[in-house]
Amino acid sequence: MNRANLSSLDFALSPINQGLTPERKIELFAQMVRIRRFEQASLKYYQSGKIAGFLHLYIGQEAVAVGTISLGGPDDHFITAYRDHGHALAIGMSMNECMAEMFGKKTGCSKGKGGSMHFFAPDKNFWGGHGIVAGQTPLGLGLAYALKYLGREGCCLCYLGDGAVNQGTFHESLNLAALFEIPVVYVIENNGYSMGTSQGRSSSYTSCLAQRADAYNIAWDVIDGSNLYEVRAKTHIAIERARTQHRPSLLEIHTYRYYGHSIADANHKKYRTPEEIENHKQNYDPISVFRRTLIAEGILTEDRAAALNQAAADEAAAAVKFADSSPAPSLADIRTDVYWESDHATPASKIGRHFFDD
Amino acid sequence: MSRILTYREALREGLDEELARDPNVVLIGEEVAQYNGAYKVTEGLWKKWGDQRVLDTPISEAGFIGMGIGASLLGVRPVMELMFWSFHSVAFDQLVSNAACIRYMSGGLCHCPIVVRGPANGGTGVGATHSHTPEALFAAFPGLKVCAPATPADAKGLIKTAIRDNDPVFVMENTLLYGTSGEVPDPADGDFLVPLGLADIKREGSDVSLIAHGRSVIQALAAADILQTEHGIHAEVLDLRSIRPLDQDAILKTVRKTHRVVLVDESKPFGGVSAMVAMLIQDHAFDDLDAPIKRVCSLDAPAIYSQHVEYEQLPNPGRIVGKVLSMA
Repeated sequence: MNRANLSSLDFALSPINQGLTPERKIELFAQMVRIRRFEQASLKYYQSGKIAGFLHLYIGQEAVAVGTISLGGPDDHFITAYRDHGHALAIGMSMNECMAEMFGKKTGCSKGKGGSMHFFAPDKNFWGGHGIVAGQTPLGLGLAYALKYLGREGCCLCYLGDGAVNQGTFHESLNLAALFEIPVVYVIENNGYSMGTSQGRSSSYTSCLAQRADAYNIAWDVIDGSNLYEVRAKTHIAIERARTQHRPSLLEIHTYRYYGHSIADANHKKYRTPEEIENHKQNYDPISVFRRTLIAEGILTEDRAAALNQAAADEAAAAVKFADSSPAPSLADIRTDVYWESDHATPASKIGRHFFDD
Repeated sequence: MSRILTYREALREGLDEELARDPNVVLIGEEVAQYNGAYKVTEGLWKKWGDQRVLDTPISEAGFIGMGIGASLLGVRPVMELMFWSFHSVAFDQLVSNAACIRYMSGGLCHCPIVVRGPANGGTGVGATHSHTPEALFAAFPGLKVCAPATPADAKGLIKTAIRDNDPVFVMENTLLYGTSGEVPDPADGDFLVPLGLADIKREGSDVSLIAHGRSVIQALAAADILQTEHGIHAEVLDLRSIRPLDQDAILKTVRKTHRVVLVDESKPFGGVSAMVAMLIQDHAFDDLDAPIKRVCSLDAPAIYSQHVEYEQLPNPGRIVGKVLSMA
């Protein structure tokens, strides 16, 4: 029995997972499959030139976003870095708006102004999609501070990569989170590589990265990201700590990305061995692990899994068609969404010159 | 009915009024609460409003400014003090990648109603690291708004407007102005606001236009006195007050009136506010000029410490008068 199967048996018994109905479990499985199919489609169209810029794929990490976001209540909020497709779909954004955003189309979630790294859905409590490593960590703190200030019961889950833990803003955020008792849960998605630099070559630590939280008197935990039940069980504890005690947490979720840092990362098979990648795919793939678990539980069949897979592929293909046939932004669109006051044509926006083109 | 207030008191009154008006307004910064403000702008506000509304932070500019930006997304309206605007550099990513761009990157789904305020000036013997004047730097980022009041009344009117504005507004004050006094309208006479993007003629004149902002306005006014009494030259002084949005109409109007322009700007010459203003004048009022546009900026080096020459590095009445006379 491999490690993943062993641990999945344990965490399936935690109350937060025992409360899952069979249909909800299948829904979580389907969400992971949708993320993967969506990204496989985006890779194809990135390589054909339809998608510009960078493409940071989440493939291999799906259980982190799906597991953690599945715990979200009405006033829990989410913010992440540039590897944001998984979170966006798990939060309930449509494949259409996300694919169209990457195609640079007006029908994209950010009207084609943000691209792959900048998906937003404030109506679903999703605050991006941020391009600068660790730049989102104080924003997540601020969202959680606002919840507390406004007297709302909720928390903010703020995701970052293992490469972000060495940025100053992250440490400043941890200090403020503990000092001000802010309901934020920082989630390090540790895929082992800070772009092309392994954890051992980029971070100094004793047992793990999350242990740095001790220095700030913040609770921490380490989680196997290939196991959706474990992700949910341990993250739930941190979320409750935030919601009810206004205390922050730092979680380190071990996961793995099958592709490079971005698709522009030409060296991703040089700084790690093919055997390492293959080992993760064979033994720790979060979708395969959960599929086997659900089949063992008698909830899912191979046929239904295949049907969900096909449905996700069809949905992604339809999203590509939607994106491809959508209109591009106009030159006039370049000038909107810069200032709120200008967009709303308020009296303030009519005083003085706001833009300085000839 | 006006009262005489210091620039510091006027700012404080503006902050106090906005704290009273909107429960979502929060003052955040280093030493703003229990210490009463490093420059005493927020004196008494913590005692009056308490921990929730006036929040002391550690020395952690990127952290607390980013926190304020994040909080603004949910409707809190943070007014964050930089003890010196010079400390912007340690929070630069938060200011220009998050505050300036989040609305755009989200296709208009987010907005960021924050105020960042504090002094931005040289002339106090604190050397280069504490004497930056970044108004042109931040005005160069679409999505941000920047203003620099010169008088107590403008300081109060602009800070109140900045807090109510739904975009990020950076208010650049001046430690050498905090103690200066001037008339400020009485709150009993109604809410006093100065809009962003509206310049103000601080002195009428017919021979030359001195266009300035911040403390350079005060220096220009002193220069105008000298020009009139000693040289019979009537200088008009236009106070930009707001850098972005910028009152281009007022700039062109004074140029068309006097046909000669000296831009007075504590920024460094390269890419300073005056560089942008000069470009606009030549573009829109070239035929109205009787002489090339001239500038009095800070001398182009990092701010010197030495009190023996610091005065001459900055725009001052002597340098302004000299520049005007050189145009004759």
